[in-house]
Amino acid sequence: MATAVTLAHLGSLMRGVRTVDQVGAEERAASLSKRSIKRSSKLWALDLAIRCMDLTTLEGADTPGKVAALCSKAIRPQPGDASIPSVAAVCLYPSLVAEATRHLRGSGVRVASVATAFPSGQSFLDVKVAEARQAVAAGADEVDMVIDRGAFLSGDYQKVYDEIGAVKEACEPAHLKVILETGELGTYDNVRRASILAMAAGADFIKTSTGKVQPAATLPVSLVMMESIRDFHHETGRLVGFKPAGGIRTSKVAIAYLVMLWETLGAEWMTPERFRLGASSLLNDVLMQISKERSGSYQSDDYFTKD
Amino acid sequence: MAERLEVRKTYKLYMGGQFVRSESGRSYAAEGFNVPRASRKDLRDSVRAARAAFPGWSARTAMNRGQILYRIAEMLEGRRAQFLSLLGGGRPAGRQVDAAIATWVWYAGLTDKVAQLAGTVNPVAGPYFNFTIPEPTGVVGMVAPEEPPLLGLVARLAPALCGGNAVVALASEPLPLAALTLAEVLATGDLPPGVVNLLSGRRAELLPWLASHMDVNALDAGACTDPELAAVEEAAAGNLKRVVRQREVQPSPQAVTALMEFKTVWHPIGV
Repeated sequence: MATAVTLAHLGSLMRGVRTVDQVGAEERAASLSKRSIKRSSKLWALDLAIRCMDLTTLEGADTPGKVAALCSKAIRPQPGDASIPSVAAVCLYPSLVAEATRHLRGSGVRVASVATAFPSGQSFLDVKVAEARQAVAAGADEVDMVIDRGAFLSGDYQKVYDEIGAVKEACEPAHLKVILETGELGTYDNVRRASILAMAAGADFIKTSTGKVQPAATLPVSLVMMESIRDFHHETGRLVGFKPAGGIRTSKVAIAYLVMLWETLGAEWMTPERFRLGASSLLNDVLMQISKERSGSYQSDDYFTKD
Repeated sequence: MAERLEVRKTYKLYMGGQFVRSESGRSYAAEGFNVPRASRKDLRDSVRAARAAFPGWSARTAMNRGQILYRIAEMLEGRRAQFLSLLGGGRPAGRQVDAAIATWVWYAGLTDKVAQLAGTVNPVAGPYFNFTIPEPTGVVGMVAPEEPPLLGLVARLAPALCGGNAVVALASEPLPLAALTLAEVLATGDLPPGVVNLLSGRRAELLPWLASHMDVNALDAGACTDPELAAVEEAAAGNLKRVVRQREVQPSPQAVTALMEFKTVWHPIGV
């Protein structure tokens, strides 16, 4: 549980956050994304990408039937091929958690639920806490909460901090992922500040975006967040996970995130316990790339399950 | 008066409606120019562009497709002199350009008649209205013959477009300029981006990838040599591609239906 801090402590914590070199971060992210990963290394990376994937569906039109199909795909992404691993988790709205839990029992695939008035986070604290608590009661192993960007941007860090702490307490023993929604934070400095704030308040993971706002996850923003995680680890010894989400549709981009993860945080983070990729349409592209590497011919959408 | 500097043209690939260099940066010398030497990634990207363009193009009305093919003929007519000089001038070049223009016009008139010519109402012993209609196959891979460089390509391209397919075509390897210039005609002919993608390069390097590509539904390999054709047929078996082997293609409805699939519908009646 997060320890309560006084306003003065939080103030000094926030003042101690270094500013981000924007040009440097963007150049570093661009150079890392150019690295060429081929053949057996590519297959290894694609395998890891599947094992770290949060297969996501967050639509108003989600039905129990769609969740059932998603769960089957999560357990066995490529029907008839047991060499393709299961994904890490499925990520959905709280009302569908019970349905997913029923399908995924015993499979090792975890259930993640968004909560706290996703995607805007604009609701009352007790409603948010109750939502998180109910999601966990329904069987969620992980909770993806959103921060109150309105409060953060108006400088009310205390409110954001307390909310994260309260939700963390409410969703024990489930893991808590804190969505910063970097597309609404405006600057890299804000992203870094929000990352440190979320980690100090007890986040197990920090996550870039809801996927409902453009821009969603980008490489430079991810670099800033990963470096925050690294610095936080140096300061406190705590290992916090990272989850980019939103707009990651191709294997190429997924591999760029893995390269950045390797270069910034290292081998300790190259596992589903510390890294997740939030995506809905990425899985098919990864499966197609694996098929292409194995068969030697370019693949077609027509031969992979539609979500 | 100062001597005028000539503006020389850099020939480009035509992919997804854009004129681009090869992703690989490579080129090769042909007809006194450096032309792009497409890589298999260019081929992959072209197929992707064709796949994206296919639903829109095939959903156009047959009449609209005819209008666009006719406009291509108009654009080609306007560039007659340019193509004459590209093809070496003289009467054979003139005959080739004229025949190419006539081919576009011929297929422009055929787009809205294919279904009547090839479709049938079938007598069946049951309470069904049974009919068969031709539908476009999808993404068609195409190999242009080495010669004639313009007409050889147009004779195969026009029927594929007439039927509503999207095309990835490999231009003549030794004589690619006519095909790469035809791309400019297609781009101004109101053809939606990605419906035709034209690649120049080494056929031996590109053909195996085209033949084995799972997202290519048919392959016009009539211009291939016999050993090439055998290899193409083997690679094409992976997704049961339709392989067309016709050596000479004259304007005909059969050239269109060779790249179409027939759908038969059993529609219950009287129940």
